[in-house]
Amino acid sequence: MASSMFLAQRRWFLSLPRNLSNARFFSALPSEHPVSVSGPQNNVGPESNKFEKASSAPSSLKEPELAKFSAIADTWWDSEGPFKPLHKMNPTRLAFLRSTLCRHFRKDPLSARPFEGLRFIDVGCGGGILSEPLARMGATVTGIDAIEKNIKIARLHANLDPTTSTIEYCCTTAEKLVEEQRKFDAVIALEVIEHVADAAEFCKSLSALTAHEGATVVSTINRSMRSYATAIVAAEYLLQWLPKGTHQWSSFLTPEELTMILKRAGVDVKEMAGFVYNPLTGRWSLSDDISVNFIAYGTKEK
Amino acid sequence: MNRIFATKAGSDVYRLRIPWRPFSNDAAPLLSSQNAGNPEKGSEAKQYDIAIVGGGMVGLALACSLASRPLTRHLNVAIIDSNPALGRKHFIKKEDLPDPRVSTITPATISFFKDIGAWQFVEQHRHAYFDKMQVWDYTGLSYAKYNARDADKEVLGCVVENKVLLSSLLSRVQETVLPKKIYPSRLNSMSILPNSSSSEVDSTLSMTALFTHGRLAKLELEDGNSLYAKLVVIELAPVGADGGKSRVRELAGFRTTGWNYSQNAIICTVEHDVENHCAWQRFLPSGPLALLPIGDKFSNIVWTMSPKESSEFKSITEDNFLKAVNHALDYGYGPHPTPSILGSSDLFSWLKGGISKSANDCFEIPPKVVKLASERMAFPLSLRHANDYASKRVALIGDAAHTVHPLAGQGVNLGFGDASTLSSVISEGIAVGTDIGEVSLLKKYEADRKPANVMMMAVLDGFQKAYSVDFGPLNILRAAAFHGAHHISPLKKSIISYASGEMRLPLFA
Repeated sequence: MASSMFLAQRRWFLSLPRNLSNARFFSALPSEHPVSVSGPQNNVGPESNKFEKASSAPSSLKEPELAKFSAIADTWWDSEGPFKPLHKMNPTRLAFLRSTLCRHFRKDPLSARPFEGLRFIDVGCGGGILSEPLARMGATVTGIDAIEKNIKIARLHANLDPTTSTIEYCCTTAEKLVEEQRKFDAVIALEVIEHVADAAEFCKSLSALTAHEGATVVSTINRSMRSYATAIVAAEYLLQWLPKGTHQWSSFLTPEELTMILKRAGVDVKEMAGFVYNPLTGRWSLSDDISVNFIAYGTKEK
Repeated sequence: MNRIFATKAGSDVYRLRIPWRPFSNDAAPLLSSQNAGNPEKGSEAKQYDIAIVGGGMVGLALACSLASRPLTRHLNVAIIDSNPALGRKHFIKKEDLPDPRVSTITPATISFFKDIGAWQFVEQHRHAYFDKMQVWDYTGLSYAKYNARDADKEVLGCVVENKVLLSSLLSRVQETVLPKKIYPSRLNSMSILPNSSSSEVDSTLSMTALFTHGRLAKLELEDGNSLYAKLVVIELAPVGADGGKSRVRELAGFRTTGWNYSQNAIICTVEHDVENHCAWQRFLPSGPLALLPIGDKFSNIVWTMSPKESSEFKSITEDNFLKAVNHALDYGYGPHPTPSILGSSDLFSWLKGGISKSANDCFEIPPKVVKLASERMAFPLSLRHANDYASKRVALIGDAAHTVHPLAGQGVNLGFGDASTLSSVISEGIAVGTDIGEVSLLKKYEADRKPANVMMMAVLDGFQKAYSVDFGPLNILRAAAFHGAHHISPLKKSIISYASGEMRLPLFA
């Protein structure tokens, strides 16, 4: 059921005009096998494990669709473009990451590059708008996305700044990296889980990628009346920040459900915060109100 | 009123060639850059995090503020200014008479200076705190007296010569670890290209490549040096042959709105027989006359008048000028105000908070001026405000963003507010790994500062307009406003707080 919904959503997405705007929507799309996040049986064999070879991923996409992707992907870095909501939210997400991860790794929060020497992975990196700031904060960043075009855009953009050109971008999925037994000090998947077919399997992969005593950070949208009103009615229909149909309210997870599935995957949620949008100032801020957008930080249990 | 709405000149790609004439706070003639000695002349361009165009008070305050924050103290900063004073270590001689160019700085600015470590240097030089202020007008209908204790404060402000502020900030920035370099030159041109990431990039990441892809701004200086920076902060209002009005708009497409008051201000230093500890301001038909304590037995005069009058007052003999000043501060233009004209203070006693502590302070006559201690300088007044403070890789601060009527001495305080906010926004940006030239980051600075500056400008402009009309009913209304401002404690407290730079809106607390 979940996967068919996902497929329907995906088909609908491919027929969209270019004003598509939810960043994480397609960043979370496993482009070769939409259901691959739900289980290893769909993963490609070891011969495609090399990152360069993983670029065969969008082969199932038609050329005109690729052109559409390109048109949207080029605007990833236009802060006034279709990805504006994400750009606006980005500093707030990063503020949460900075404070929790500085505490977790016992790093100096007054340092300009507190994450020096730590390996982070940005799952569903899109054009790299989260990966680049993390790299500027000193982390050794790996950004993965199942869409080849996103990875290309991300790589081109990051190459223009010596501090971000060290980011390793790969067109791959979390599951493939698990198979490769890659480990990271922090595994970060923001605004991704609401778009995957099987959240529990996805969380297992995130957990498997997390090193011993590492941190896992997941953000998503709550399944509440308020989230229906704001994330769907307001954001998609009234404000048209996001294309209609971007989100399926019923596939959202509540904070309790997310905590539960992370727990089952071996990640113990330590802290949770909400993102609140102030329409007067146009700014997002961190708050205790987790009724719409929320972010969870957890540590890997032994 | 000469209203100017400049048109937008900017497009996505702008390359501008702007002649810059720096506004020097030092009276010394400007050295051309060749004389300043430049070891790096002709050498390869350097890359900086921030280039500050204009090493005036606000530009240097920004550098000090960056140096005082843990996240920004390692930024590479270039300061571009041809003012030769910046090349010297101590350019203030104790025996110098007070310079007529002074600033009235607010308690908020004083605490900002303390935060950035520059106040200790100001304290080594001449400066004058004042805790009282008397404002009255020529009709003799009313007056208002502000006392720092009405707002439970120690002082209302401090009058400091601009050159003292400048040298203090310079001393401070030089002792910090902030990596900085002062370019004793002027900006010739600035270019910023739009972002591009669609073409392949060579792996060397040369500055030229970064510039071509919109990641760096390129600045070319008059002395042949060129440099690149992630963020260019412009402090100086670029002054062109036409008085600087049309140049600002060319600058990276920034538009300005403003008008010229058909007024000039005469400034000079005067001496009294006694020490002055109060700031005095009297509204005369042609404009306000302010007498500000500057330390020892000196005061500073800012007298606003019509251009015709100003050239007259500038050329008359010292004796006649002093007579005119004393006349204007005493019985000239109208009688002394008495508190009883609009009825007693009972009128307002029903108001919560009651009568302010200083309500019974009597009207006083300012100390007589006995000697002129500097030349008289005249400059035209204008109000100008940039419609935007930020664009990609460029931020405007201080005079580049706003010039205001010198009334109440708020101008430079707004600039210091800009410097404080901008450095805090840059610090927040670095905390979350943002490219400091990102327009979305710089717009945060604009969103913080613009409303505050516009409000203060509107208040000052309103004051100016209210007092430039001599019309019976308006005079009464003004008198009533004064009366209220004098007697109603919460209102008085609000006014003082606002003028101290601590409150955003001049409304009831």
